[in-house]
Amino acid sequence: MEKIIEVKNLAKTFRDFEAVKGISFDVNRGEIFAFLGPNGAGKTTTIKMLTTLLHPTSGDIKINGFNPITQQENVRKSFGIVFQDQSLDEELTAYENMEFHAVLYGVEENVRRERILELLKFVELIDRKDEQVKHFSGGMKRRLEIARGLIHHPKILFLDEPTLGLDPQTRNFMWDYIKKMNEKEGMTVFLTTHYMDEAEKISDRIAIIDHGQIVAIDTPKNLKKATKTKSLEEAFLKLTGKQIREEEASAKDHLRGHARMWRSRK
Amino acid sequence: MNSVIYVMWLRQLKRYWRSKARMIGSLGQPLLFLIALGFGFGAIYQAAGQGNYMDFLTPGIIAMTILFTSMFNGIEVIWDREFGFLKETLVAPVSRIKIMFGRTLGGATVSFLQGIIVFIIAIAIGFRPSSISMIPLAFVYMILIAFLFTALGTAIASKLEDMQAFQLIMNFLVMPIFFLSGALFPLNGLPGVLETITQLNPLSYGVDGIRGALTGAVHLGFLMDFTVLAVLTIIVSLIGSYLFSKIEV
Repeated sequence: MEKIIEVKNLAKTFRDFEAVKGISFDVNRGEIFAFLGPNGAGKTTTIKMLTTLLHPTSGDIKINGFNPITQQENVRKSFGIVFQDQSLDEELTAYENMEFHAVLYGVEENVRRERILELLKFVELIDRKDEQVKHFSGGMKRRLEIARGLIHHPKILFLDEPTLGLDPQTRNFMWDYIKKMNEKEGMTVFLTTHYMDEAEKISDRIAIIDHGQIVAIDTPKNLKKATKTKSLEEAFLKLTGKQIREEEASAKDHLRGHARMWRSRK
Repeated sequence: MNSVIYVMWLRQLKRYWRSKARMIGSLGQPLLFLIALGFGFGAIYQAAGQGNYMDFLTPGIIAMTILFTSMFNGIEVIWDREFGFLKETLVAPVSRIKIMFGRTLGGATVSFLQGIIVFIIAIAIGFRPSSISMIPLAFVYMILIAFLFTALGTAIASKLEDMQAFQLIMNFLVMPIFFLSGALFPLNGLPGVLETITQLNPLSYGVDGIRGALTGAVHLGFLMDFTVLAVLTIIVSLIGSYLFSKIEV
């Protein structure tokens, strides 16, 4: 099978903290691949390296045949991404956010409008396309971000905890839609989530990462078989242990606290 | 590919136009300075034989408005970083130089517009430019400082993780730049150290250019003002582009 993501001995060290310790894995074209792990396991750091946002300390990556360090533009054209944190401009309308993305990704002017409207229809936001995003609910913002990530017809869609904090209706809707895109367009999907049932239902293969290392990589079925468990959640706990991980509050978390206050001052 | 610069520019303008509270709020301070200082010191200034203080002060307050708005627009990169939008632009398959340039252009346009509004307000409360035909020259200096300080703000913000350093920048960079620029008082007859500082301060050249064009009283020289500002703008933009292109999130 053709590989669309190839990762060899990938490592990232922040000062004295080894976030990712030399991991290797491949993702096949057209596959739905889940990357699971406890908090602080190195999931987001890995995604950031795959998507050109972070420079690896060492190791090799190939995305759609391109190197994220030396062929950034080609890599960036190959994927769409929905980040863990929201990344819309709240002052702009839904349509404007989509249009902005389309221009950045060089979508031709003559197909731009049509494609944006079609996607907005799919994620059921067409009626509110001219409303500023700041009036949207969390679920609506997420749907918009997914639609946005698909405007340029990416070969790979990265989803970093896309369903965090969403209601079951929105989650179902999202996964159905993503599954559909995967089947129809052969789009590869690389996702992280904390919801094991979702991962089990949707993914073809799963990698479990802990303390910056991959501890298992297989189909959901085989993972359960190997750990002699009945659900992926049990398999996951067996592989990663039951200890709760502490993450240090980052400067960002502090900032978010007084962000609201600042906004009203501005 | 210039469409990238255009959308970045347009975004800044839309954000400005849509936050009326911010637009009006940021006019409060210049208005207060104009009225309180302009009328408050007017009599003393006149008695000291220096002429009309409102005429002297207005170019300084226009420069102040542009300085504050520009720095803030540049530093807004930190907000984009916090609220995630920066990532959207950083993973896009376009050069970061274009993103930075479009953004700076947008921020500079916004602060230039704020400067124009203050100019109009000043006319409403009694300021009279000495020559109508010189007004476009004042605009040239306004645009230059708008671009320079937006680029400076962006460059600084590219190196900052969060807003905690914002107060530091306001108090130890922006405020001194404003107060030691000749915006409020004439630069002749200052003690030696202070004179040197004002000469090293880029805003001094902006204030001087705007004041020269609007009131006819130029201190450092039009050509000197233009050259210093143009060269600095290019240097700061280059440094800013470099730092912006190195941002990792």
